[in-house]
Amino acid sequence: MALTGVEIFKMLPKTNCKKCGFPTCLAFAMQLAQRKASLDACPDVSEDAKQKLGEASAPPIRPITIGAGARAVKVGEETVLFRHEKKFVNPSILAITIKDTDGDDAAAAKISECLTSEIDRVGQKLKIDALCLVNESNDAGKFDALAKAVASKAPDVAVILSTENVDAAKAAIANFAGKKPLLYGATEANAEEMAKLAKASGASLGIKADGLDALSTLSDKVKGLGVEDIVLDSGAKTAKEMVEHNTYIRRAVLKKGNKSLGYPVINIAVREDNMLETLIAGLSIAKYAAVVVLSSAEKWKNLVMFTLRQNIYTDPQVPMQVEQKVYEIGSPKAESPLIVTTNFSLTYFIVAGEIENSKVPTWLAIMDCEGLSVLTAWAAGKFTASKIAAFIKDSGVEGKIANKELIIPGYVAILSGALEEKLEGWKITVGPREANALPSYLKSRTA
Amino acid sequence: MAFTPPKETNTGKVYSVTMGTGDKAVTIGGENVLPFHGFEGVVPNKPVIAFDVMDIAPVDWPDTVREIYAGVSDDPVTWAKFCVEKFNAKAICLRLAGTHPDNGNRSAAEAAETVKKVLDAVSVPLIILGSNHVEKDTEVLVKTAEVAKGRNCVIGKAQEANYKTVAAAAMAHDHLLIAMSELDINLSKQLNIMITQLGFNKEKIIIDPMCSALGYGLEYTYTVMERIRLAALTQNDVTMQQPIVGDVGMYVWKIKEVSASEDTLPMWGALKERGIGWEAQTATALLMSGAELLIMRHPEAVAAVEAFINEMM
Ligand code: B12
Ligand code: SF4
Repeated sequence: MALTGVEIFKMLPKTNCKKCGFPTCLAFAMQLAQRKASLDACPDVSEDAKQKLGEASAPPIRPITIGAGARAVKVGEETVLFRHEKKFVNPSILAITIKDTDGDDAAAAKISECLTSEIDRVGQKLKIDALCLVNESNDAGKFDALAKAVASKAPDVAVILSTENVDAAKAAIANFAGKKPLLYGATEANAEEMAKLAKASGASLGIKADGLDALSTLSDKVKGLGVEDIVLDSGAKTAKEMVEHNTYIRRAVLKKGNKSLGYPVINIAVREDNMLETLIAGLSIAKYAAVVVLSSAEKWKNLVMFTLRQNIYTDPQVPMQVEQKVYEIGSPKAESPLIVTTNFSLTYFIVAGEIENSKVPTWLAIMDCEGLSVLTAWAAGKFTASKIAAFIKDSGVEGKIANKELIIPGYVAILSGALEEKLEGWKITVGPREANALPSYLKSRTA
Repeated sequence: MAFTPPKETNTGKVYSVTMGTGDKAVTIGGENVLPFHGFEGVVPNKPVIAFDVMDIAPVDWPDTVREIYAGVSDDPVTWAKFCVEKFNAKAICLRLAGTHPDNGNRSAAEAAETVKKVLDAVSVPLIILGSNHVEKDTEVLVKTAEVAKGRNCVIGKAQEANYKTVAAAAMAHDHLLIAMSELDINLSKQLNIMITQLGFNKEKIIIDPMCSALGYGLEYTYTVMERIRLAALTQNDVTMQQPIVGDVGMYVWKIKEVSASEDTLPMWGALKERGIGWEAQTATALLMSGAELLIMRHPEAVAAVEAFINEMM
């Protein structure tokens, strides 16, 4: 359970030396209690206090990193059940399975599917995060061969090793030294050996049990064996069980202070029918799974899942935004049109997309309106004539274009008069309301 | 350590609402827990999906969904029957898009005629929507509500600007009513209150908090729906206990992701699956956040969502 400021204060050096950046130890303690400061900021805290405070200040759902280097992914650390309360923290990671019975070609195809999965959407780079190697054969040699292929062809990709066979696990994991794989396969039956292996190889340990009771027991057991990074599989098979188990785990940890299950959850979304699998993955993303295992990663399916994950994990208080600047869509020249709109990522994305469709090179001036849409920004007083005028003047776009003409969104036609006054010497043109009218509009202007 | 399930029981409950008449009538709502949380309460009814049918040919729908209805979509009666017979539609949503002043401007009388014919042809519940032109909808919905009397239809959408007339029409002819506001829980609550203040039965309203497609503001709809449900259940807010509708197809089938060809955007993969996946994923996200009634267009997306519902319940 979290400690109060005063409880924390009692464990600090009480010298008020200010090295932490706060005037007193008490002030620092208060900030720690609210998780607004980190204990590292105090250089003089004792080892004993560090350990006690560390335990008490640990996030209820332990953060776990799978993989190492540029493609390492972090899961866990969630703090709420509903996204309006606070931003969901670490997006669920998506993993595709390769079975050691699939054959070399199929395995190679899956590896390349993963490596080429990256898509840019609204300025974010989204991809398949991990490969889940499945020891379908239950043969150590076969599993090792697959592990070798993956380690050489996709050395940066985070890896999940799915096997309950300790020998197979041992053989495969040796290929990922220093790469923090997730060893997914500790059960009641093999817990001791798997725990030992995970610790020795610096891997996190996925534990599998049938139901939440057994899962709690197993979690306590592997923790007792010294494993800290645990990932939970409650044995939920159907969508119905997934919602129930995932919800109970998240609730028990966040609202009841349950420690046994304070770890990220893994869900298997694999289904016979690929469309259903996509929807089950959506369920896992929305309803609390940290790792989602899939059978395949077709491009259409990725786009659907990535977009859902992006939607669910955006900050409800801070809309996604793009940088304020004059974007060049399709190498515009001095005579090309100039359009202004807000920096809400969705607005930018739609408008830029339609300009691309028009094939008319265009200057697109994106103004910082704290990520609000055109009408919302206008209603909130952030997309006003004087602010737009100031932005256009400061942007330096004037030096790049031949005609001082600015096209504004049709929804804010009302601004044109005031803008003409504020932007002396400029012609203000009201564009269409909906962006999908932009292609014909831009084409007709150049015709 | 033994695990004690942290069950949460609620004081509030969603009204159960029956649409249509006879043996094809369907009931939605009735649950006293969050969506698909049958493990801690009762979820008596499955969500229902209505097929979107229009009074004009769907010229602005992308080919991948339009071609399914080729040969039937120039006539709403044939179209509706096709959905029921071929795809086993549990409900039909008749969208009177052709009454919009910019889209043919068909008269209210013509619209009423269409409604009558569709009602004669199919016995599943009917949702009757205007063209989303607030003034024209009042005329159109008044007339159509009248001819649909006795069939317990869902009439919509009542919005802040026209709710008085639309609600009165639904009330006079014993229909249910969709109350639509724009992505704001307070506006939604306020509209429900104003409608009930007219004497409209609060248990005959269906909330439309405004839909958005995956990638195009879905997070706003998702969260508003979730908050409406939480208010209904945990705070026992009787003004927010109506079932929720997601008007999914209309928002999905106009965005770029469901129509851009694979040739132009190879990174996006197969167009057909992309469109179906987009509609189905939008729909299931809204089911998880609170919707009990969906309006959809692609039969394969509907089938996928139904498979999802079956695995959930
Ligand atoms: C979601 C939403 C919000 C979200 C914010 C989302 C965001 N990031 O902006 C929240 C909940 C925070 C919000 C708040 C408010 N909102 Co608001 N909101 C909306 C809603 C439902 C959707 C807005 C949206 O995301 N649109 C999608 C984007 C992509 O649209 P867009 O930027 O306009 O871009 C389109 C076009 O303009 C065009 N386009 C864009 N740029 C350009 C450029 C050119 C040249 C051309 C040709 C075209 C073009 O392309 C796009 C697609 O066609 C609208 C209602 C609606 N249906 O539009 C109300 C709406 C915009 N909000 C409104 C209001 C009043 C507010 C508030 C002041 C109060 C309130 N009701 O909550 C606050 C102000 C916020 C603040 N910080 O103070 C009103 C504005 C009324 C008006 N006409 O002035 C609206 C219209 C709702 C209404 N009918 O009352 N809102
Ligand atoms: S650095 Fe440590 S000892 Fe110094 S004031 Fe801050 S908390 Fe106290």
